[in-house]
Amino acid sequence: MISFVLRRALLVIPAFIGVTLLTFALVHLIPGDPVLMLAGERGISVERHAELMTQLGLDQPLWLQYATYLGNAIQGNLGKSIVTHRPVTEEFLTLFPATLELSFCAITFAILLGIPAGVLAAVKRGTILDHGVMVVSLTGYSMPIFWWGLLLIMLVSGILGWTPVSGRMDPTIWMDSVTGFMLIDSLLTKEPGAFSSAIRHLILPSLVVGTIPLAVIARMTRSAMLEVLGEDYVRTARAKGVSPLKVVMVHALRNALIPVITVIGLQTGVLLAGAILTETIFAWPGVGKWLVESIGRRDYPAVQGGILLIATVVILVNLLVDVLYGVVNPRIRYRR
Amino acid sequence: MRTCLFGIATSLLLVTATATLPAQAKTLVFCSEGSPEGFNAAFSTANTTLDASSRPLFNRLVEFKRGTTETEPGLAERWDISEDGRTYTFHLRKGVKFHSNDRFAPTRDFNADDVIWSFERQWKSDHPFHEVSSGTFMFFNSMSMPDLLESIEKVDDHTVVFRLTRSEAPMIADLAMDFASIYSAEYADAMMTAGTPDVVDQEPIGTGPFVFKGYQKDTQIRYEAFDAYWKGRAPLDRLVYTITPDASVRHAKLKAGECHVMPYPNPADIQVMKTDPEINLMSQEGLNIGYLAYNTEKPPFDNPKVRKALNMAIDKDAIIKAVYEGAGKVAKNPIPPTMWSYNNAVADDPYDPEAAKTMLEDAGIRDLKTSIWAMPVQRPYNPNARRMAEIIQANWRTVGVEAEIVSYEWGEYLKRTKDGEHDTVLLGWTGGNGDPDNFLAVLLGCDAVNGVNRARWCYKPFDDLIQRAKVVTDVTQRTALYKEAQVVFKDQAPWATIAHSVWYQPVRPEVRNFKIDPLGKHLFYGVDLEE
Repeated sequence: MISFVLRRALLVIPAFIGVTLLTFALVHLIPGDPVLMLAGERGISVERHAELMTQLGLDQPLWLQYATYLGNAIQGNLGKSIVTHRPVTEEFLTLFPATLELSFCAITFAILLGIPAGVLAAVKRGTILDHGVMVVSLTGYSMPIFWWGLLLIMLVSGILGWTPVSGRMDPTIWMDSVTGFMLIDSLLTKEPGAFSSAIRHLILPSLVVGTIPLAVIARMTRSAMLEVLGEDYVRTARAKGVSPLKVVMVHALRNALIPVITVIGLQTGVLLAGAILTETIFAWPGVGKWLVESIGRRDYPAVQGGILLIATVVILVNLLVDVLYGVVNPRIRYRR
Repeated sequence: MRTCLFGIATSLLLVTATATLPAQAKTLVFCSEGSPEGFNAAFSTANTTLDASSRPLFNRLVEFKRGTTETEPGLAERWDISEDGRTYTFHLRKGVKFHSNDRFAPTRDFNADDVIWSFERQWKSDHPFHEVSSGTFMFFNSMSMPDLLESIEKVDDHTVVFRLTRSEAPMIADLAMDFASIYSAEYADAMMTAGTPDVVDQEPIGTGPFVFKGYQKDTQIRYEAFDAYWKGRAPLDRLVYTITPDASVRHAKLKAGECHVMPYPNPADIQVMKTDPEINLMSQEGLNIGYLAYNTEKPPFDNPKVRKALNMAIDKDAIIKAVYEGAGKVAKNPIPPTMWSYNNAVADDPYDPEAAKTMLEDAGIRDLKTSIWAMPVQRPYNPNARRMAEIIQANWRTVGVEAEIVSYEWGEYLKRTKDGEHDTVLLGWTGGNGDPDNFLAVLLGCDAVNGVNRARWCYKPFDDLIQRAKVVTDVTQRTALYKEAQVVFKDQAPWATIAHSVWYQPVRPEVRNFKIDPLGKHLFYGVDLEE
């Protein structure tokens, strides 16, 4: 098992180098530079532009800039944002808990609804229920997130007044960020109503972010279940008089879960990279929106460092899924 | 997961609870449009950053009167200007207190050292704070301050003298701008000694009406009223900026009572807001101009007759309806009508395609093929440049001019137009200090040809007028010069002046004394909430 984990971990190194090289190349291929973007239509003189480029180290040859960046990154220094002047790692760590919290609640919501829906659809194959689940999940998968989010805001927050429109906490509640996770911080604070406010702010964004994973999980569960339900050992269990519920839940579902776990892992990786549209609509301070804004401002250190950190998280999640896969299915562990 | 599940379960019990919780303190919530780049106004030209930094937290020697572009004494009680217009002596206000925070408590009041520190940091590369936070000092540079300043000297604790390299009539208005905010030199020294100089720009200490209490990135900024504010404590106890990038969501939050003031509504929402009893929609003509600049270095746009003819082929009324959705006013001059020295006697070029066609033929122009560069972004002075370009394209087609619409990503667009690659370009400007110089010299002066003068128009009779207006301190004389300059501009037509947009400012009905600002600022000192 240790050698399996080590093998997987070693594969991560070329992936990291690839990410740094690709990000660096892409970000420098975008026309414009940070100084021009900061100046906007107010403009800046050619001399001052050159001075600032030198001050930011952007007048160096690209290979030297990359070497400096890589050297610093290896030492854990991702530099400072050109726009906010704060360390990139600090900015990322400020925002990442919000992304993590939202992703966690969204994927939990997707799992809790998606797996039962997929199982039901498979067991009741060909019925209205099956078709219903598939139509709903296909709709969810195809739904433009921007539209879906605004629709929910108008209905649930605007007309029904059940949840707040956006944000993470009622602005009249002043509490300090301790962990960055609003659910935990709201429990630590003495401000009354903070926890319920944090929960109410999480509902709509979780629902919106969780919609696509929910659809994917439901469809994957259904197809995996259908395959497993046709296996000999399921037929044997039924012939032995095992109750239908036990056949589905114990014999079929457990085996069907292997591909579903993979899909959950992949979806989690996607969510952790930030959901730019949802973050924008719900004013959710996550890493996706931060990265897109940084690209717009040509904030090279923020883009390079941010993507590297997100890639690290995604790679780690994939590594975890690989390892889990090995735990669940020994055949994978021993395969060379 | 357990926490989350428990939370979701609890939430179901709470869904019928009211959307907002009762606040003990009088708290105004402003749904701001984005995150500030930081809290040092000297680093940025972005309104979002300035609204969050210099305006609630700092003061300047000179201030704009709230809701106007007129200047009034700020941290300087009064000032004297020498006869040659090159020496400004500022007499500083006494007894002005700085804020304090967990790291710093001031031991002295505001004085001349703070003024010198605030300017020299931006100006002198050997200043110990010049490189701190990798400051770019964009505004200071774009106002040509390094060329203008000769020296800043402290006479005594309450007198500072600014000597200039030349007479500069807009100097007082310049000093009311955000980049001229005054910082605490004592705080800077303390942070330098503590080995944390960057903190000066992250945890600001100013003399302004509100004290900085905290920033959660991309979430909210908190301020509290400053009890010892020299103009008197603000009526509000707390001020919260809740960062809400999407305009539709800001509208929904305003309606739901989750915020009291929102900036930049969607043009499409204006009609709904006008009839909504939950919203008080304030409006004012913006201090801006949206224009189409001809590249006057390229033929046939080097011919004023051609430019004039093309101007006459543009249906500006159609643009106001289709692009500004009514929230704009046809522009005839390069400065907005709310600005002093606006020449209302100037007649706009009439929309007359037939006459335009004849004028083009007279100028020997047949089957002209050109391009219209359209900005890829929405700006206050032009909400939809692409749509505007399409209308102009259709208008010009009727006079036999075929124009291709060109657009680049914003950074590239700025760079290429600065380099003069365009034939004609859509762009605009929002005034920074209410002085006509900030439009006429900055956008149309010969000095700006390789900068923001996108028409690349250097016309001596015009330039002489605006250069003379720069050095004359008498407002009547300056007004006369600028009025004449507008006549020359209209005659030479380096731009098609398209529109001045109207700014809409939606606020909740319980908000009292909010004043819409012609410079686009959001100012909360003096604002109150009805109980």
